[in-house]
Amino acid sequence: LATWVPVVGLEIHAQINSNSKLFSGSQVQFAAPPNSLVSFFDASLPGTLPVLNRRCVEAAVMTGLALNCSINKKSLFDRKHYFYADLPAGYQITQQRVPIAVNGNLSYSLCIDNKMSQMVTKTVRIKQIQLEQDSGKSLHDDARSQTLVDLNRAGVGLMEVVMEPDMCCGEEAAAAVRELQLILQTLGSSQAIMAEGQLRVDANVSVHHPGEPYGVRTEVKNINSVRFLAKAVDYEIRRQIEELENGGTILNETRAFDSKLGCTISMRDKEGKQDYRFMPEPNLPPLILYDAKSLPANMNHQQVVNIDWIRERLPDLPSVKRAKLVELYGILPEHSFTLLNEDGLAEYFENVIKHTQMKPKKVIGWILNDLLSYLKEHALAVKDSPVSSFLLADLLNLLERREISSSAAKQVFEELWKGEGKTPLEIVKEKQLELLRDQEELEQICQAVIDRQEDEVGVGTFG
Amino acid sequence: EQVPAAVLEHLERLALVDFGDTEGVRRLREAVRFAERLREVDTDGVEPMDSVLEDRCLYLREDDVTEGNCTKELLKNAREKIEEYFVAPPGNIPLPKLEERETFEQQS
Repeated sequence: LATWVPVVGLEIHAQINSNSKLFSGSQVQFAAPPNSLVSFFDASLPGTLPVLNRRCVEAAVMTGLALNCSINKKSLFDRKHYFYADLPAGYQITQQRVPIAVNGNLSYSLCIDNKMSQMVTKTVRIKQIQLEQDSGKSLHDDARSQTLVDLNRAGVGLMEVVMEPDMCCGEEAAAAVRELQLILQTLGSSQAIMAEGQLRVDANVSVHHPGEPYGVRTEVKNINSVRFLAKAVDYEIRRQIEELENGGTILNETRAFDSKLGCTISMRDKEGKQDYRFMPEPNLPPLILYDAKSLPANMNHQQVVNIDWIRERLPDLPSVKRAKLVELYGILPEHSFTLLNEDGLAEYFENVIKHTQMKPKKVIGWILNDLLSYLKEHALAVKDSPVSSFLLADLLNLLERREISSSAAKQVFEELWKGEGKTPLEIVKEKQLELLRDQEELEQICQAVIDRQEDEVGVGTFG
Repeated sequence: EQVPAAVLEHLERLALVDFGDTEGVRRLREAVRFAERLREVDTDGVEPMDSVLEDRCLYLREDDVTEGNCTKELLKNAREKIEEYFVAPPGNIPLPKLEERETFEQQS
């Protein structure tokens, strides 16, 4: 049986988290009245020119540094030409020749065999990061054979992150994207919410036999979540293997993922291969970035992007945060992953630690098993939890001081979840869950139980 | 020299320019010939120039919202609009193939 080696690369477009667009001063906002966030430049009216937004440059530099890239101190803008109704200029301004950042890497982790207890770290090379414009949105009205165009998104800044084909399956692709998402959110360079189109992923997939050259690749688009990314990639790998084993060939084409059917469908363009006629953007000089050494003495600081200044101010990346959590609190690496995977959970955990005497290694169990499962069951985010970190800390203190048993604590937690505003202590008193300390009282209760049982035994033997 | 018909068609399709008649193609040929004179210059070891702006400073703008909110004005240019959306055909309408349309080749 011949083995196949699947090869997966990714092209990720992340919308830059900025107030205004890449080359114009119109607002960046999801969901606004159609064509209300559009300037004359965005609509490509004659006589308008692109003016680069410094915040977008900083976002790209931050992201490049976080992904261990070399930042190109001189990068260039180009025009990529194609015709489509949501691209009013007929070209997109991008960075094809010399992008802002190159040659980085991203480390991500996977669980082996779906067991949280065994994690392995992998790396994917980052080929480059480039700045480019987003296009407008097309709403297809097949019934009336027309397309409605909204240019609100046209001109929004994007960072295209190109990941080399170092991945081998859907799980790896999903894990890499998830880690990139966390990094972008930590940096603040993109909010990276896939559901709002702030993070779009296209997968390049091919298969080949070990030792042979790479096979023909297809590009898979229309992937709307990290979960669907894994499914789409795995489906496409299976489809290609099946096709090749049946003696067929793979076409170098673009395929769309259909989430309902769970398969990829050919989007083959009737017009054949695109010729984008790349040319330098004549209205923009090269983008020059500086560092501490090359900083010009008397330049207006508003006109300067200083790579070293940005590097010094980078926040702790997820991998660093996880390592710190493990070191500080003695929790397991896989626990740190779960803590960072849920927005606000790490902060919640640390706040509980601050307010309780219970050891972190015990607290983590309550966070990951009790709190998290209740949140998941009710589809709630950490910030919407009816049980605040302070309340949970109070409860854990009662448990730690042996004032209640652990099963009683679970009951109190369930009661707290109702969000009726009672404190753990109030619930304990209400339900009489206090652990009995008095030896004599305990003896009385035990004797009463034994007496009752003797009566029952007596009934038993007669009947 | 002749510009091959296939190249002409490719250019017309990419740029949506109609060379129309012999005069249009003649001008194209002249333009190519003019540009080819650049090859006479020895550019060994010379950095290519991107644009006449390349030594200028690229101005960086502050990230403030200063434009937009002119939906009415923008839609004034639209031939068709529906509820503040521009209306376009359902997809790109591919240019008919060379054989199917009248180009200068067929006219001459």
